Amino acid sequence: MKLKSLAISALVVGGGLFGAAHDALAQAKEQFFPSLVYRTGAYAPNGVPFANGYVDYLKLVNAKGGINGVKVSWEECETGYATDRGVECYERLKGKNGGATVFQPLSTGITFALTDKAPGDKIPLITAGYGRSESTDGNVFKWNFPLTGTYWDAADILVQHVGKKEGGLDKLKGKKIALVYHDSPYGKEPIPLLEERAKQLGFQLQLLPVTHPGVEQKATWLQIRQSRPDYVFLWGWGVMNSTALKEAVATGYPRDKMYGVWWAAAEPDVKDVGDGAKGYHGLALQHGAEPNSKVVKEVLELVHAKGQGTGPKEEVGQVLYMRGLVAAMLSVEGVKRAQERYGKGKWVSGEQARWGYENLALDQKKLDALGFAGVMRPISTSCADHRGASNARIHTWDGNKWSFTSDWIEADQSIIKPMIKSAADKYAAEKKITRRTPEDCQS
Amino acid sequence: MLYRENGQFKTSYRADQQVFPIAQDRLAIWLLIAFAAIGVPLLVDEYLFRAILIPFLILSLAALGLNILVGYCGQISLGTGAFMAVGAYAAYNFVVRIDGMPVLAALLLGGLCATVVGVLFGIPSLRIKGLYLAVATLAAQFFVDWAFLRIKWFTNYSSSGSVSVANPDVFGIPIDTPHAKYLFCLAFLVVFALAAKNLVRSHIGREWMAIRDMDVAAAVIGIRPVYAKLTAFAVSSFIVGVAGALWGFVHLGSWEPAAFSIDRSFQLLFMIIIGGLGSIMGSFFGAAFIVMLPVFLNQALPALGGLIGVNIDTATIAHAELMIFGALIVFFLIVEPHGLARLWSIGKEKMRLWPFPH
Repeated sequence: MKLKSLAISALVVGGGLFGAAHDALAQAKEQFFPSLVYRTGAYAPNGVPFANGYVDYLKLVNAKGGINGVKVSWEECETGYATDRGVECYERLKGKNGGATVFQPLSTGITFALTDKAPGDKIPLITAGYGRSESTDGNVFKWNFPLTGTYWDAADILVQHVGKKEGGLDKLKGKKIALVYHDSPYGKEPIPLLEERAKQLGFQLQLLPVTHPGVEQKATWLQIRQSRPDYVFLWGWGVMNSTALKEAVATGYPRDKMYGVWWAAAEPDVKDVGDGAKGYHGLALQHGAEPNSKVVKEVLELVHAKGQGTGPKEEVGQVLYMRGLVAAMLSVEGVKRAQERYGKGKWVSGEQARWGYENLALDQKKLDALGFAGVMRPISTSCADHRGASNARIHTWDGNKWSFTSDWIEADQSIIKPMIKSAADKYAAEKKITRRTPEDCQS
Repeated sequence: MLYRENGQFKTSYRADQQVFPIAQDRLAIWLLIAFAAIGVPLLVDEYLFRAILIPFLILSLAALGLNILVGYCGQISLGTGAFMAVGAYAAYNFVVRIDGMPVLAALLLGGLCATVVGVLFGIPSLRIKGLYLAVATLAAQFFVDWAFLRIKWFTNYSSSGSVSVANPDVFGIPIDTPHAKYLFCLAFLVVFALAAKNLVRSHIGREWMAIRDMDVAAAVIGIRPVYAKLTAFAVSSFIVGVAGALWGFVHLGSWEPAAFSIDRSFQLLFMIIIGGLGSIMGSFFGAAFIVMLPVFLNQALPALGGLIGVNIDTATIAHAELMIFGALIVFFLIVEPHGLARLWSIGKEKMRLWPFPH
């Protein structure tokens, strides 16, 4: 009897709560930025700083009076980097608080799943530095924005950089490059480009997949020890990166021959390895660690000093924190751009915000005003190019901090462009969608 | 008082042997189906459809398939995710490679391919039993994961290894709205649940159960273990394969092998253990428990915190969700080791006597 009443009361309370939680609260029009995060699980060490940076920037926007007066609101939903939970979170948040402005899933798997859903819901997706490379083609991927660069750009920049080190791209002939990658769409993205480059430049490409979550890499590094590649490109995420570095130490593979993609080049990846990671290089997606930039000072002053900081103070300005900050800034700037067309100081819908992201024109003056001077380069997007920028720098871990060791390198679009076109066409054929007309581009 | 079979006289074998011999049960199930098909679409919003109901229906279907193998035939399988993957990828290949392939046919053909693979990996069950068989089916899981990750032909040479499909349409009706998707899955589920229920009541089902309860004795009374075990693998993999194809085509739209990983196999096994082994009803209970509870906890906890004025952060919620979920699994297994379906039938027994239990 006791059990029964317990069960019944639990059901009643539960049902009530479910209703309460589920009813979207109708509020004054605030610009709503849902945030899909992973603060738990194997990828949390990297997910947390990004999530903190994202929210801190939104707090900063509110502290400075909102987007031309429109306050911003946000809500987090924990995905644990799992695609099905990510889709559930998307469905939960997309209609809340008047409708989501933009989603940034921070997972290539979730991006793939949401790419199918976004057009129906008319919500743009920003995948800054990840996601489908071919979604650069805005004529097919109307709602995807891989702002600041894609994996194909990243891979190409890395090839160019090691080419330069060898004394010219033609010197790569006969060399061997190993790609140690996370065995998921994320890790596989760069492969087509590297294969293309290998064919063109005549280097040998060795593919070494590492299964999720990447804590078991002994076999992989045994292969590296045997084949002795000239360079190792690391396409890892979360605990896989530090494990790879530890294995490299154990195998005796020189760290300064290792290059990580921008998701494998942050503090959490190298901190545990400490001195062992010295000399390890990574790509920097526009920015590196920027503790001295103006925007970081503003965050510390207007958010953290008031006790509203999301994470620990020390983390502000670190690589992944900055990436979250930049991601949030791009979200907000798109809305600002859309307001120029649809009414300044007015709330914009996801559909209107999409126009903003497609016509983003962040020049140096605007970036300086936002406090991003020196953090990133100007970005401008268009219908045909949803990416906006395709350059990056290399930074190197010196045992204490990341510092830049190369100049800006531009990805070679003569190779990437045809690849984007054919991949986008293939996607369009599979999905039975037609390319957008020039008139649609204007709208 | 309400739920009593007094006065319901059965005058033919047919009436005696129907699926639901009690008139109230029949009425209830018809009402339930009618409610699911007509009431739910009117009441429920898009979020519940897309995030909860559609996954629930598809995973119920998969759990149903697994329950035939594990619950009825006693062959423990850890390869469910693999068979789902085979269904999904086979259906995908039928659609891409054959022009004008109707999606409905592709889904069923995907199921057939899963059947073939299931029977193939079921062959070891003739020699090995119990936990050892579980390990052998685990091989199916790893093999299939490997095949879809590495053999590019299966994914139509997609660069990232992820495949995507357009929204299906059936007999000219596009399945693109959440309502249509829900009804589409519901139709599959009702048909397969009915078929499964009848199958387990038939001679094949009784053979399975005989093998499950004691295979030597079953062989002695003339049941061929080869036939019984392989049919169980075949039927189970077919249903699981169709569920996998639905998961890919209707729920995800684009997927990678990770969608059908070993975690999925475990999840389905937990569903039928918690729901009730050897019970069609149990598959539904188990799926509901595993699909809905985490999502519910995830949303209820912040609301609960809001009531008492505490702002719980995202990470804490995620941890608490896992802890409460785990605790509830342990609780239910202690209270009723035979699963939620057993609780259900105890409840029904009590209802029959109510309000005069003595």
